[in-house]
Amino acid sequence: MYPENLRYTKEHEWVLVEGDTGTIGITDHAQEELGDIVYVDLPHVGTRLETGKSLGSVESVKAVSDIYAPLSGEVLEVNSLLADAPEKLNQDPHGGAWLIKIRLDAPAEALNLLSAADYQTYIGAEK
Amino acid sequence: MSARKLERKANSHLSPNELLLFERSSPGKKAYQLPELDVPAVDAGEALGAASVRAEISGFPEVSEVEAIRHFTRLSTWNYAIDYGMYPLGSCTMKYNPRINELVARLEGLAWAHPYQPEALAQGCMEVMEHLEAALAEITGMDAVTLQPSAGAQGELTGILLVRALLESRGNPRQKILIPDSAHGTNPATAAIAGYAVENIRSSETGVLDVSALERIVDQDVAALMVTNPNTLGVFEENIIQAAEILHAKGAMLYMDGANMNALVGVARPGDFGVDVLHLNLHKTFSTPHGGGGPGAGPVAVKKHLEPFLPAPRLVRSGGRLHFDYRREQAIGRVRAFYGNFGVLVRALAYILAHGGPGLRNATLDAVMNAVYIRKKLEPYFDLPYPSPNMHEVVFSDDRQAKLGVRTGDLAKRLIDYGFHPYTVSFPLIVHGALMIEPTETESKDEIDLFVEAMISIAREVESDPQLVKSAPHSTRIGRVDEVAAARKPVLKWTPE
Amino acid sequence: MLDACGVASAEELFSHLPEAVRLNRPLALPPGISEYEIVDYFRERAGRTAAGYASFLGAGVYSHYRPVLVDTVVSRGEFLTSYTPYQAEIAQGTLTAIFEFQTMICQLTGMDVANAGMWDGSTALPEAAMMAARATGKGRVLAAKSVHPEYREVLRTYALHQGMVVDEFGYDARTGAVDLKDLESKIDGLTAAVIVQSPNFFGIVDEVRAAAEIAHKHGALLILVFTEAVSLGLLEPVREADIVAGELQSFAISPSFGGPYAGVIATRDKFVRQMPGRLVGQSTDSRGQRAFCLTLATREQHIRREKATSNICTNQALVALMATVFMTVYGKQGLRELALQNLAKAHYLAGKVKPRFSGKFFNEFVCGVGDPEARNQALLEKKIVGGLPLGRFYPELADSVLLCATEMSRRADMDAVAEVLR
Repeated sequence: MYPENLRYTKEHEWVLVEGDTGTIGITDHAQEELGDIVYVDLPHVGTRLETGKSLGSVESVKAVSDIYAPLSGEVLEVNSLLADAPEKLNQDPHGGAWLIKIRLDAPAEALNLLSAADYQTYIGAEK
Repeated sequence: MSARKLERKANSHLSPNELLLFERSSPGKKAYQLPELDVPAVDAGEALGAASVRAEISGFPEVSEVEAIRHFTRLSTWNYAIDYGMYPLGSCTMKYNPRINELVARLEGLAWAHPYQPEALAQGCMEVMEHLEAALAEITGMDAVTLQPSAGAQGELTGILLVRALLESRGNPRQKILIPDSAHGTNPATAAIAGYAVENIRSSETGVLDVSALERIVDQDVAALMVTNPNTLGVFEENIIQAAEILHAKGAMLYMDGANMNALVGVARPGDFGVDVLHLNLHKTFSTPHGGGGPGAGPVAVKKHLEPFLPAPRLVRSGGRLHFDYRREQAIGRVRAFYGNFGVLVRALAYILAHGGPGLRNATLDAVMNAVYIRKKLEPYFDLPYPSPNMHEVVFSDDRQAKLGVRTGDLAKRLIDYGFHPYTVSFPLIVHGALMIEPTETESKDEIDLFVEAMISIAREVESDPQLVKSAPHSTRIGRVDEVAAARKPVLKWTPE
Repeated sequence: MLDACGVASAEELFSHLPEAVRLNRPLALPPGISEYEIVDYFRERAGRTAAGYASFLGAGVYSHYRPVLVDTVVSRGEFLTSYTPYQAEIAQGTLTAIFEFQTMICQLTGMDVANAGMWDGSTALPEAAMMAARATGKGRVLAAKSVHPEYREVLRTYALHQGMVVDEFGYDARTGAVDLKDLESKIDGLTAAVIVQSPNFFGIVDEVRAAAEIAHKHGALLILVFTEAVSLGLLEPVREADIVAGELQSFAISPSFGGPYAGVIATRDKFVRQMPGRLVGQSTDSRGQRAFCLTLATREQHIRREKATSNICTNQALVALMATVFMTVYGKQGLRELALQNLAKAHYLAGKVKPRFSGKFFNEFVCGVGDPEARNQALLEKKIVGGLPLGRFYPELADSVLLCATEMSRRADMDAVAEVLR
């Protein structure tokens, strides 16, 4: 259900670590809670991110949700797909609708985040 | 022999279609006629410089007078309105908008008064303002009133700025404003604009202010608590006096959002239960028309200690005449040009004159009775999360219906098929799936019974045919609008193809 | 009903209120009066105003004829007594009219998008300034002294608590237009916006394009303010502006001793998510029909709460509708003709009394008269309200008044004014 190669946060973000590059997105649970996504507000390339601080937000018609950085680093790339087609975030949150790629300060810190199984348990408990 | 009763409130009827003005336009059509000039015409290019003169207003409408009146008349038939029937919108106080208000607001001497005309020629207008200030002070139990703020949200800002100014004069404006989690969104938005940090305070299990929590968090950093009373659940804050004492002991202020004054007028006065400053919504409690979204007015009433900070100018009577006093050293700055939404003030005063003291009190009694009646009738069908006595409004939750997959928003849409405007959906946020209902004193038992029957019928439909409710409304000319598409690819004006 | 509520009297419904909060006496207000008496009351007050006088006051509030169709339309109960159009299915009348309003404002101002209205011009200005601050990330604005003085006061009130610095730059004593050299000397890299009004408070058609160039050179936005909407019928929109914040009172909104009026903000597409106020968008309904709804609501207070772009909730929908009907009645040709008549009237008067500033003006101008109070007193005896004495806002112009002539000004009255002021 939740890809095993990703690490997760309690705020419903995921990160894929490849060397010292991290790809960040929001989880399927998050997009489902939000409903139809209409807009994504993402930082510019070059922005410094700090673990736990807001990096942007996701909007549905009736709600806004902040997105928090799972790990610290510098923004390398922003997914241009989402500017024109925010609905992709509802369709493919773990894959094609990634939000940003960053150069990680400390890739090893991903181990502090939740595994797929732990995240699954966590959201099961939340309900 | 019983009188005839309406079986159903609404039926379907003929509904005209209509294009946009720009789609109706045709070059050369006109709806105006200006008189001949009695002075020589002037060449625009010469007078203004050729580069400053525009060619033409591309795309602007060109329709005849009859097309104009038909256009707007047809559009108007697509609207629900108080003149059609009840709006059970909680916290909006959608009461009848007396037409006498419209007449007096249009009297030439008032409607054409220029704010800068000499005071000798403005005494009539100033007297209207003086009279309204006095009436509102009496109704709220406060010492002074400013009529300047344009709407409730601006009244809130003015009120918080007054608090800041007072605290600053005492040496420390402080950092935080406490706001209950049940508050209207304008409250935290206002606090932020006034430069304060917002700290949320959770309501107790009975839905009211948790005074022990308040006692714990009020410190020298807290400037004020913003409270609505009765709160957004329609419940009177029974600990309000105690809350005021806690705040005052630490030098903090109690701000009251007056949106729910319709439950208090003539029965209880904020000034008597410890409020330092409050705003009123004339377009709610005092019957001025909503007009599709405004105008309103948000006068602010204060206790003596805040009076010096009220924005200039203040109305002062001396030598038998009224003056605008601009010499106010401690005043906070203006929150708008001129004196306030005078046209709205006229309407509110007309309402107060029409009702008088006893009438205003009776209106409050009726408003509360109507809401309690609705509560009793609907309690068997809808979940009531907070069982405390309610005042002018009642808040249910959609828990029971949600188990069958139907949410408050769906129930609201189905209510439209019964000929009513929906109640307030999903507010306050502390109730899951809220249905917030406020009938006001305007509604007769007949109208309320129709509403109650409609709600009960919908509750039954949820059990027998939930899909009918979820896909409502069915009888309107427009079905549910795709708000997602509207937000994803905003089209905010007409453009020629 | 009392039975259903389980009480013997309505009073009992309040018995749960603590004794200490209850008001134990009647309100000290007289009993209610009849409709006829209410009319009498207000008629008496209306009689003690300037009704029956000719007026040459402008200064942000203008006397323009109100086409009779305006009140016919807004008096319809479906417009007057309806609520904010949150339930789109039963508010298409309001929503369609607002969509048309937004469109016409864009057409008039040359901007890409306009909102559904603000409370008035004076509060639209600080909202525009806060937009500029959000968009640029900078915290200082530079306002021209020729922007309406009360508007600048409101700007300061809002700015003070946002940590926004408001500085001013002057006007040219000869032309009455902005002093561009002063602007150049005061602008810096921390400036979020330069604020200019045109026609300005003195009635002068200002150097907006030149000010915009200076602003943009320093990474600041240009906010253009207008208070006399009729000028848009004739003046070329300044497309170099980034945000337009204006007042629509001239469009059939009664002067009404200062309000209610209707402000508006219009801007470029790229700033739309920074805009305050309501926005109506076009969409389709479940049956594929064109339909309108409120949109981009996530900017607003009821969703974003403390992070909202503004705290505005109630706006000025009915008043904006008056402006919409006015714009429809005059239309493309009429608004231009109306503006030309204003131009002619004011220039006729100016021809007789000599304006103080040499700059080009629309329907208002400053005139040096020596002793404004004495002159105005003489005019009052002829049942004419003269121009605004400027000393209260500009001490350096204490010997001058601001005169406004519109299509409603009569030649005979202008001749009388000229005679007294000469």
